[in-house]
Amino acid sequence: MLRLKNINTYYGKVHALKNVSLHLGEGEIVTLIGANGAGKTTILNTISGVTPAGGGEVLFRKEPVTTLTPDRIVKYGISQVPEGRQVFKPLSVEDNLELGAYLRYRSREDRSAIRRDMAQVFTLFPRLEERRRQLAGTMSGGEQQMLAIGRALMANPKLLLLDEPSMGLAPLVVQEIFRVLERLRRENGVTVLLVEQNAKAALKLADRGYVLETGKIILEGPSEELRENAEVKRAYLGKDKKEIWER
Amino acid sequence: MKVREFLCKKRKTMQFEQILQYTFSGLSTGAIYALIGIGFSIIFTATGIINFAQGEFVMLGGMLTLFFLEVLKLPLWAAIPSAVAVSALAGLLFERLAIRPLRQPTPLNLVIVTIAGSILIRGLAMLLWGKDTHAIPPFTGDEPISIAGATILPQHIWILAITLLIIAVNKFFFYHTISGKAMRACSYNRRAAGLVGIDVHRMVLFSFVISSVLGSLAGIIVAPLTMTAYDVGIMLGLKGFCAAIIGGMSSGMATVVGGLILGVLESLGAGLISSGYKDAIAFIILLLILFIRPQGLFGKAESERV
Repeated sequence: MLRLKNINTYYGKVHALKNVSLHLGEGEIVTLIGANGAGKTTILNTISGVTPAGGGEVLFRKEPVTTLTPDRIVKYGISQVPEGRQVFKPLSVEDNLELGAYLRYRSREDRSAIRRDMAQVFTLFPRLEERRRQLAGTMSGGEQQMLAIGRALMANPKLLLLDEPSMGLAPLVVQEIFRVLERLRRENGVTVLLVEQNAKAALKLADRGYVLETGKIILEGPSEELRENAEVKRAYLGKDKKEIWER
Repeated sequence: MKVREFLCKKRKTMQFEQILQYTFSGLSTGAIYALIGIGFSIIFTATGIINFAQGEFVMLGGMLTLFFLEVLKLPLWAAIPSAVAVSALAGLLFERLAIRPLRQPTPLNLVIVTIAGSILIRGLAMLLWGKDTHAIPPFTGDEPISIAGATILPQHIWILAITLLIIAVNKFFFYHTISGKAMRACSYNRRAAGLVGIDVHRMVLFSFVISSVLGSLAGIIVAPLTMTAYDVGIMLGLKGFCAAIIGGMSSGMATVVGGLILGVLESLGAGLISSGYKDAIAFIILLLILFIRPQGLFGKAESERV
């Protein structure tokens, strides 16, 4: 469904992505793991059109979307849940969700379809419904993360890009959010590209994974395989150390 | 003895009537400042720029109405919307030609560009319409109405009514329409706004168009009272800026209240102290606010919510 071919992205003179190639199949959950500054966020922003690729090609359902602006990308059905949630803090929960459907309002789509999707977001995250009139900035981190995901879902995406949804959240909340991602895939057939520092949780959820290091993909494979990989264990799961210590 | 008492009493009622009179006229000029101030704050929240050309749109409103009335011989009800439409177009062109092409849009560069734009617009107006001061006829006669010993003109009522209407429309737009909410979203978080598909450039353009419409309307409704000329934008623009600063650069009621406070204080000061100090009062208030409460008079409540 999504294919990146030899993507090179630059921030000014910094070569942030070096010949990155990856692909996602329809309905797959794929995770990107790697240390801080490895280029995970840059990959998402390159797909979203925020920092367009300097070379290479992004194909979405076989159509090139490499140089499209962020709003066109959303129209194509790719929504990003940005790092740090980035909800519109002084706006109400409901307004935040409505803005997620901004392009659908602009294209004069039937309001009832948009309302139906909002109801669906509320069944996924009942807590958002309780707080629909509350200002987004006054909610807890977990609730804001739910809102950020809900807002992205309001665009009715086929592909959801998530940037560190577990950041700063309690393990229980992370579980709840990951369960929703699974449910979205099962019930709506949404494809998910998940960027995570929490490699353990991400590899449990995902079908496949890519490991990124300083702008290059150094490993890829099914999640079980990556979980067992000695290199991944040492660098991202922190297993080896513990075992040595235990011994 | 009796005479003295009588005089004393008379002076007291005189003073009360005078104060009422000054308050009335202060409120109506304050309403004008509020409208201009809202224009400042809309652009500021959308872009972080203080648009020093805002006053020129006030001037354009008055001068264009005059042009449509006198040169094209349109009736007033047609001249006003035409003037607003042309001002809106000017606002749009200003954003497209002066703001957007900027290579390095640092705040300082942008502010300098708006100052240059204001000088350019003012110069063009002078070349087109000359340096004379003109009057627009009042909307509905100039028969004074007396209220509790003070007299007001029908135009004062027009000013207050139109300002209230514009504020209501403004509020409705920003809080109850998807485009208005999108504009607010843009001002709070540009990156996230882009990611939900809001075209940030278009929202910036909108903000310029909306504030030029507000500015020109202010210029039109005030012109029958204060006359208009190619250079009225400088002072009115600065006063509107003052109102926006008092209101903490928020586009809501705070700026409206800021404008009204400014208008009333100015009018009382001019009446009771000396009319020579009229403009000085506005700028003393501006300086005091910037020294003591740079977040605006009501800044506290706002900053907690953000």
